[in-house]
Amino acid sequence: MIDVLIVGGGGAGLSAAIAAKEVGMEVAVLGKTYPTRSQTSMAQGGINAALGNAGADSVDAHVADTIKSSHMLGDKEMIRRLCEKGPQAIRWLDEIGTPFSRLDDGRVAQRKLGGASAKRACYAQDYTGLKLLHTLHDTALARGVRFLNEYYMLNFIVEENRVLGITAIEMKSGEVKTVRSKSVVIASGGYSGLYFGFTTNSSTSTGDGIAAAIRAGCVLSDMEFVQFHPTALKKSGVLISESARGAGGYLLNSKKERFVDELKPRDVVARAIWEQIKEGEEVYLDIRHLGEAFIEQNLPQERKLAKLYEGIDPVKELVPIKPVAHYTMGGIEVDSTHMTKVEGLFAAGECANAYVHGANRLGGNSLLETVVFGYEAGENAASFALKSNKKVPSMHTWLKRDSEFIGKIYQFANQIDFYEKRTSLGNAFYHKVGIVRNERDLKGVLAAVRRLHEELPLMGIADKSREFNTNLVEFIEFGNMIELAKTVLVGAIGRNESRGAHQREEFPDEDNEKFGGIHSFSWKENGELCNKFGGLRDE
Amino acid sequence: MPKIKIRRFDAKRKPQGLVQEWEVKEGSTLLEALTFIKCEKDPSLTFRSGCRSSVCGSCAVRVNGKEVLACAYKPQEGDLVEPRRFAKVIKDLVVDDTEAFKTLKLAKAWLGEPRESAIVTPEDEKRTERQSDCILCGSCYSACPVLETNPAFLGPFALTRDWRYVADPRENDIKSKVDAIQKNGVWDCTLCGECTAVCPQGIDPKSDILMLRTKSTQMGHMDPNMGSFGSFGLDF
Ligand SMILES: Cc1cc2nc3c(=O)[nH]c(=O)nc-3n(C[C@H](O)[C@H](O)[C@H](O)COP(=O)(O)OP(=O)(O)OC[C@H]3O[C@@H](n4cnc5c(N)ncnc54)[C@H](O)[C@@H]3O)c2cc1C
Ligand code: SF4
Ligand code: SF4
Ligand code: FES
Repeated sequence: MIDVLIVGGGGAGLSAAIAAKEVGMEVAVLGKTYPTRSQTSMAQGGINAALGNAGADSVDAHVADTIKSSHMLGDKEMIRRLCEKGPQAIRWLDEIGTPFSRLDDGRVAQRKLGGASAKRACYAQDYTGLKLLHTLHDTALARGVRFLNEYYMLNFIVEENRVLGITAIEMKSGEVKTVRSKSVVIASGGYSGLYFGFTTNSSTSTGDGIAAAIRAGCVLSDMEFVQFHPTALKKSGVLISESARGAGGYLLNSKKERFVDELKPRDVVARAIWEQIKEGEEVYLDIRHLGEAFIEQNLPQERKLAKLYEGIDPVKELVPIKPVAHYTMGGIEVDSTHMTKVEGLFAAGECANAYVHGANRLGGNSLLETVVFGYEAGENAASFALKSNKKVPSMHTWLKRDSEFIGKIYQFANQIDFYEKRTSLGNAFYHKVGIVRNERDLKGVLAAVRRLHEELPLMGIADKSREFNTNLVEFIEFGNMIELAKTVLVGAIGRNESRGAHQREEFPDEDNEKFGGIHSFSWKENGELCNKFGGLRDE
Repeated sequence: MPKIKIRRFDAKRKPQGLVQEWEVKEGSTLLEALTFIKCEKDPSLTFRSGCRSSVCGSCAVRVNGKEVLACAYKPQEGDLVEPRRFAKVIKDLVVDDTEAFKTLKLAKAWLGEPRESAIVTPEDEKRTERQSDCILCGSCYSACPVLETNPAFLGPFALTRDWRYVADPRENDIKSKVDAIQKNGVWDCTLCGECTAVCPQGIDPKSDILMLRTKSTQMGHMDPNMGSFGSFGLDF
């Protein structure tokens, strides 16, 4: 019997698993990929903590920067807790072996990321996420956490608003299975995958856990807030890290003119680039003047990726770029213990909205959130499991329901190609639900998404085999994307103002009277999507 | 438009294995080419993908007998793409990595017992910086000839990771880590360097294994192959 089941083995999931194991629970981490293949591996910049190792810094300054960036949609108490626990989290990561970059005296090195008032981001060369994730993985192995790798979670099993486990496809065999557990932590990552073809994210960021959560009775909030990164490679959307601009890189248009202060916050720079593109300009990143030696020393991955995807060498040529979806601030609404509206079901990491990023995330705060809130969610899920004395009923009904659902997909008509629809969804989202939005376009996309939803049974899969059917998995992911697309759109249509990452053409300013501290919420009643705007925790 | 060949496998099909040829776009990466085939030509083509930027370790395959990351390789005319070796093929280019990942646990490749007030200097950090760049793509495992004859061999990435923690000043319990890699471990490696040749991260498991051998000897272990000379009758 599993006490605590974690869905997702990224930074948040592994931190939760280690925390729950610490108090003697039977813990399993279930993931559609191996844990080390999670998107967390891709983070380069760093993880924030007010250690003050590289110049003066304080928790207060970290709190102030984060609150500012949240544009009144952050919860001050949650932000304070996150920032206060930052230094302790780094000490813990250090103790379990994270190979951080070091200062001469052995303290953890820190550097400055955009929007920070101090050198606050701890890093491990240019591989912060990779090394943090692998260290957590090694630690989880050492402590005896169980792994259910390549299980694709379908749904949460909920009875009387209490979670009992999940259903999943064991990908190797193609069988639908149930996994029962006293409590569950969702740590399944964000939904930037909606912007298919226009995102820095891993192809796995399809928001599955968030979609399953709203189906299970959870509330989603602030789904309209999606952060765009200004500089991704034009053809592939692969990230060119902020450090290229930090080190003195310029942004140029086709006329070879600079058009924005490159060191402004991400949303400002992304918007400036977007305006250029709208006017028909190409936009380039120019780092030639930094010189080959510097680039080879400080931006080797960027150089490699530009050569691979754009066929150009940034030492000698301009790098064609575009802004793309990078981080999703919205997610599953949780209370201050990280529990969702469903009892025993917790959420942490990018899939959750714990109200620390608000309308815009600061670079380096999300890795911190995965570790600090992931750990807390694991502790709380463990206490919940300890207190639980509920006899878990037979899982048969649930197994039957989801096996039949999968069985039906095998019989879907497959007249409409969902891969083509996924591409057009991505296009529509990028161009109309992207950096600058307007009501007409948003409503048009919403109508199109509703149509796609109805057409799902006309889509389906061509591969009818059972073993490792990625055609099937990608189709279900697409269904989840459609589910979430609606929540993003309703939020974006209702928010008649511009705030942080959400920018509306017709309403270029923040409307604090109407929307200051006001969040968007989505949930389901009898299968129907409902939504409203309101203050935090006053529903 | 280069043509590439892909070795496919489906347990339920007769024949289970076959090689198919596809035309792919000039200039795309192998991963983009595979995705293109799946979305436009044959949705049953099966492979793993993730980051597209060589850091998640999902997409390693063999091209013309050499391991590469599909997201970092540009296909050439006539290339033969195959799944990695020494793991059961589940479907097409997807192999079962369960056994390979188990080696990490067997090698105790983790920080077992943190040493109080350990100081990690920039030199310490640099000493195992490369080793900790490992993305667990499994390329080295697929390239290692020892696994052909001894499936229980711990293999290159687990040994590299073991060394990464043995060399870490924060580890107090080096002994259990060194003990764990004696059997089917450091002494079974032939030092052929195949692992080093294919690692996309420039890691050199072979020299890490040599370091571990030295450490093992210092800690009282013996090369079992050396030991066997004793039975040659050269007792003094
Ligand atoms: C290129 C890039 C650079 C970044 N750089 C930084 C940075 O420098 N600093 C920073 O703070 N943040 C950075 N971020 C953001 C940060 O990396 C992420 O927000 C964070 O890693 C999310 O971690 P997570 O644990 O919530 O989810 P993920 O790491 O996304 O893990 C999700 C897990 O859930 C599993 N999963 C998903 N769906 C299912 C399902 N249906 N069934 C079973 N399992 C499932 C996946 O397999 C995976 O294991 C960056 C992001 C990107 C894309
Ligand atoms: S050097 Fe050793 S570990 Fe590496 S491939 Fe050769 S035998 Fe295998
Ligand atoms: S050592 Fe290199 S080849 Fe082997 S798993 Fe790690 S990154 Fe891949
Ligand atoms: S897709 Fe991540 S390493 Fe290739």
